[in-house]
Amino acid sequence: MSFLDLDEFLLELAPQVCMVFSPIMDVKKYPANVDLCLVEGAICNEDHLEMAKTIRCHTKFVVAFGDCAITGNVSAIRNQLGLGGRENVLQRAYVEAAQLNQCVPSMRGIVPPLLERVLPLHEVIPVDFFLTGCPPHPNKIRSFLCQWLAGDNPRLEGLDLKMG
Amino acid sequence: MAAKTLTINGRQISAAEGSTILQAALDAGVSLPTLCHLEGVYDVGACRLCLVEVKGASKLVPACTTTISEGMEIQTATERLVKYRRITLELLFAERNHVCSVCVANGHCELQSLAFSQGMDHVRFEYIFPKWDVDNTHSLFGMDHNRCILCTRCVRVCWHIEGAGTRNVAGRGGQSKIITDLNTSWSESESCTSCGKCIQSCPTGALFFKGATVGEMVRDRSKLEFIVNAREKKLWVYQD
Repeated sequence: MSFLDLDEFLLELAPQVCMVFSPIMDVKKYPANVDLCLVEGAICNEDHLEMAKTIRCHTKFVVAFGDCAITGNVSAIRNQLGLGGRENVLQRAYVEAAQLNQCVPSMRGIVPPLLERVLPLHEVIPVDFFLTGCPPHPNKIRSFLCQWLAGDNPRLEGLDLKMG
Repeated sequence: MAAKTLTINGRQISAAEGSTILQAALDAGVSLPTLCHLEGVYDVGACRLCLVEVKGASKLVPACTTTISEGMEIQTATERLVKYRRITLELLFAERNHVCSVCVANGHCELQSLAFSQGMDHVRFEYIFPKWDVDNTHSLFGMDHNRCILCTRCVRVCWHIEGAGTRNVAGRGGQSKIITDLNTSWSESESCTSCGKCIQSCPTGALFFKGATVGEMVRDRSKLEFIVNAREKKLWVYQD
């Protein structure tokens, strides 16, 4: 959503890039030889882990985009609840906190197996750049993209590094 | 009082005898990152962010608790210091559960602003994600140990400005914890006067006024300054 808040800049950006993979595109397979990937969210389950590895293999410049990717943020709060393992997390979410249909989904392919703990992106793959914020302010995104498109080594500092 | 001459980052300055390196640096317009330091209460050198290099000293020294001496040659921003400060900050973030986006102090937090001002864009150490509780028993205030950095500002204002001695430190190392009286819940404390000084002193969102949601809480440090001035200079009229 914050990316869409780039407003008119999106029109400037459009002719300079070729978007090849995104949640808003109907593309199932991550393509090869990608120049830049903005990765949102923490690594919570085995699907995320696999996707992160695929992205790293096929991408020149990987950005941890937003606090979830960088720190785990709210999605990592389950790590500190002392629930002790993924079974208990599912039990808590689908049984204890549920009002209807209190059972852990067991059908294959419905819920990807959770990791024992939620991890920041850089703990599973090397990351080239960290764009902080929850969400990252559009000005930061724009600043980063302009520097990267100009061929510079992107650099943000001061308030532009603020988390939260 | 006699003056001492010394150099900070190669610049010669003079400062009153008995000053700390931090006071001398600030008076000379040299800023230093601090976290446990709070104007008006004594320093303890707990956070290690104001570490500086002193020529001839084998170790780095905390500027807030080291007294100046004649001819001292101090460096405040060498590559080594910048590196260590960033490591210190990252360890503080990794040690407890600091989730800026849902914290009452988001945007008004000294830990958060130090992190970005020192160039921290991520934490290179594995997060511990410890399990800490929240004491919400007091009618006005709350304490979230997840966000505590053990700077002991709250302990010092409680003992030395309020004189109540409610706040204390228990445990050792990473298991250290700020406690109320002899580790009771806050509502059961017999010594707490509910003055709120600990809330005003806290650099993070660990101590908070109840009713403050994400990013709402703004501190009023002038109240602490007022109390100190009231006692020392007999200025008893509070001007908002």
